Amino acid sequence: MELLAVFLPLAAFLIAGLLGKKIGDLGCQLITCGALIVAALCSIILFFEVAIGGNTFTTFLAPWINSGDFSVRWALRIDTLSVVMMCVINIVSACVHVYSVGYMSHDECKGRFMAYLSLFTFAMLMLVTANNLLQLFFGWEGVGLASYLLIGFWNHKNSANAAAVKAFVVNRVGDFGLALGIFAIYVVFGSIQFDVIFAAVADNAETYFTFFGRQMHAMTVIGLLLFVGAVGKSAQLGLHTWLPDAMEGPTPVSALIHAATMVTAGVFLIARMSPLYEYAPDALMVVTVVGACTAFVAATIGLTQFDIKRVIAYSTMSQLGYMFFALGVSAYGAAMFHLVTHAFFKALLFLGAGSVIHAMSDEQDMRKMGGIWRKIPITYGLMWIGSLALAGIPPFAGYFSKDIVLEAAWADNSWFGHFAYWMGIAAAFMTAFYSWRLLFMTFHGKPRASEKTMGHVHESPAVMLAPLMVLAAGALFAGIIFYQGFVGSSAHHGAAEHVEQSVEHDVEQGIESVEPHAGEAQDGLSAEDAYGETHDAVDHAEPVFAKEVFWGRSIKVLAENDTVEAAHSVPMWVKYMPLVVGLVGIGLAYLFYIVNPAIPGKIVAIFKMPYTLFFRKWFFDELYQRLFVKSAFDLGRLFWLKGDKGAIDRFGPDGVANVTKKISGLASRFQSGFVYQYAFVMMIAVTALVSWFVFRESLTGALWGGF
Amino acid sequence: MFEIGLENYLILAGLLFTVGVFGMFLNRKNVIVILMSIELMLLAVNINFVAFSANLNDLSGQVFTMFILTVAAAEAAIGLAILVVFFRNKGSIAVEDISEMKG
Repeated sequence: MELLAVFLPLAAFLIAGLLGKKIGDLGCQLITCGALIVAALCSIILFFEVAIGGNTFTTFLAPWINSGDFSVRWALRIDTLSVVMMCVINIVSACVHVYSVGYMSHDECKGRFMAYLSLFTFAMLMLVTANNLLQLFFGWEGVGLASYLLIGFWNHKNSANAAAVKAFVVNRVGDFGLALGIFAIYVVFGSIQFDVIFAAVADNAETYFTFFGRQMHAMTVIGLLLFVGAVGKSAQLGLHTWLPDAMEGPTPVSALIHAATMVTAGVFLIARMSPLYEYAPDALMVVTVVGACTAFVAATIGLTQFDIKRVIAYSTMSQLGYMFFALGVSAYGAAMFHLVTHAFFKALLFLGAGSVIHAMSDEQDMRKMGGIWRKIPITYGLMWIGSLALAGIPPFAGYFSKDIVLEAAWADNSWFGHFAYWMGIAAAFMTAFYSWRLLFMTFHGKPRASEKTMGHVHESPAVMLAPLMVLAAGALFAGIIFYQGFVGSSAHHGAAEHVEQSVEHDVEQGIESVEPHAGEAQDGLSAEDAYGETHDAVDHAEPVFAKEVFWGRSIKVLAENDTVEAAHSVPMWVKYMPLVVGLVGIGLAYLFYIVNPAIPGKIVAIFKMPYTLFFRKWFFDELYQRLFVKSAFDLGRLFWLKGDKGAIDRFGPDGVANVTKKISGLASRFQSGFVYQYAFVMMIAVTALVSWFVFRESLTGALWGGF
Repeated sequence: MFEIGLENYLILAGLLFTVGVFGMFLNRKNVIVILMSIELMLLAVNINFVAFSANLNDLSGQVFTMFILTVAAAEAAIGLAILVVFFRNKGSIAVEDISEMKG
């Protein structure tokens, strides 16, 4: 089962990639979509087996490296954490594959595109199922490669190529940190197997490195290095500049890689290494602060952008910031919960935006849209669902995950926890505002597009809408269904009494028992299924809290750091704050863009300075251009002109060639072409030779007295 | 007066050879002169052969001379033939003009 789930995408990639010409575009699409759908079903079955059944295992595939006491094997580590990621990856990927059939229908290289998508999916699955850091690194680089290929898929566009290179180079910076972190782990633990590391963490909690004559806490150093890798991959503040540019790729790519899966690899990495981070509180503090700042900064930039995909990209970055500060306050379960719900609604938003772009004949600027909601009502409705989930309005998925993240941050009871909470609240307000700004600008108001474009506006075909429906279902229900398992110990909103009962019985029963009471009739059916499947498996489960059974040993939280638990008992105003600011944000957007569209212009005029700061993305690109890109170019130019051309070429190839040329020039002057000169040379030479033979006799005879 | 011995022949041959060499190197006019100079040098060698042959009572030197004469005749024929063809093509046999093989 796990083999099917992981290796079907690889098989699909190989077939579509190598035999793409033979089986044609349709064949490629059928094979990749089919493989991904089967893989998605397999991972759902695995989810029930592993996460609900509590039956974790590791499958060894093949030896990889054996060198002294360093040995690495290919393996699939199947526990709750990886199986949750597998479900997200395979389901979203399957949706995106099917969607791409419609979205890329006018493209010439359909087969290549599908192959790349499958390659990405495989690499991402290898990343999450790794049981050692090396295999994780393999997947990490694999997704980086696939991301590069897909951002630059339209390689006739210069901007796409530049964005692909930028994404790759910026990620290298993070990967350098990750590699150093892995080395440090090997130095400290003597192994890169997760099991060995996790077992030895508690004993090494007080280990110190000596580095440049300074003592450094080993766990903190490792934690920070791994976090640098996560910052690069997950576009956190500092290394985030590649993510908005990555929107040059086709929209399905943005949905799959730059919203739902690859950018969450950093979150996964830290959740996976949670046993280690628990002993590195300083590293966690850094994670929290960086995450909180990212959430805030990205949201402010999102307020001002006009490209529909860039708005969603900054929103993605902001939501990733939420996940990171959740990790930072040890609320790993909450972070994973937000990861899952975010994957659904953000993929939905991106694919919905793709549908809009498709309808508007490839127009991405929101200033040139407007007034199209009657023409594409289904896309419009789906975008509403996605936005509601993003803004955290109950009962949509984002409400549950965002709330628990913020509550956990508050419950951490530290200065950085509170800092993250207030930053998160500010970001939640802005998130609601820009989401509805996007909706209103795109769908409402007077049409600002040309007559011709407006005439072409059409609803997308069924092959594009069906995946959107699946994702919308996820955005609607993922929060309610998984709340109990991922983070729950008490229920939200008046379901508390049911949960208290269920906690005493069977825990998994508890998970599902929330929803029929919560009034989600449609899901009664799946609840029954899940109940039936899992009932036997966990009959013996002890009456502990749901999340501990659900996560098993895949996430470790020290008892004193258990913020998710504490999050359930924060003051009421802390719980309602995100919802209130979200509603205020929506109301404000309504006021600005529907009631009186003149207001935004006035606001911009009044707050010229901050607006420019936000609109120019806090000048990160300019700063990096000055600091790194330009100096790197200058350094490169210096090496090129002075080092390469000035020294190596001058004395190396060019020098040798010049000397040869000079000598041969001299030699060629010898070849005058005049016969008498040749004869003269022959004459002289013969004379010299004869003289030599004659006088050698006499010379040697004189010197040695003859032999 | 004095006996004409081997040395006189050798001196004559040496002088002839030197004349041939100088005729070849100092000549700037005509390729035919070069051919004649070569002929002269061959004759000098022939005189050497004959002189030594007579002096040593060994006929093989004179046999060699016959060979060299034959070869020289053939060489002169070929050289003159080449000159004729060259003249037809270039319209000149001045030594200055013959530097096609210049590097």
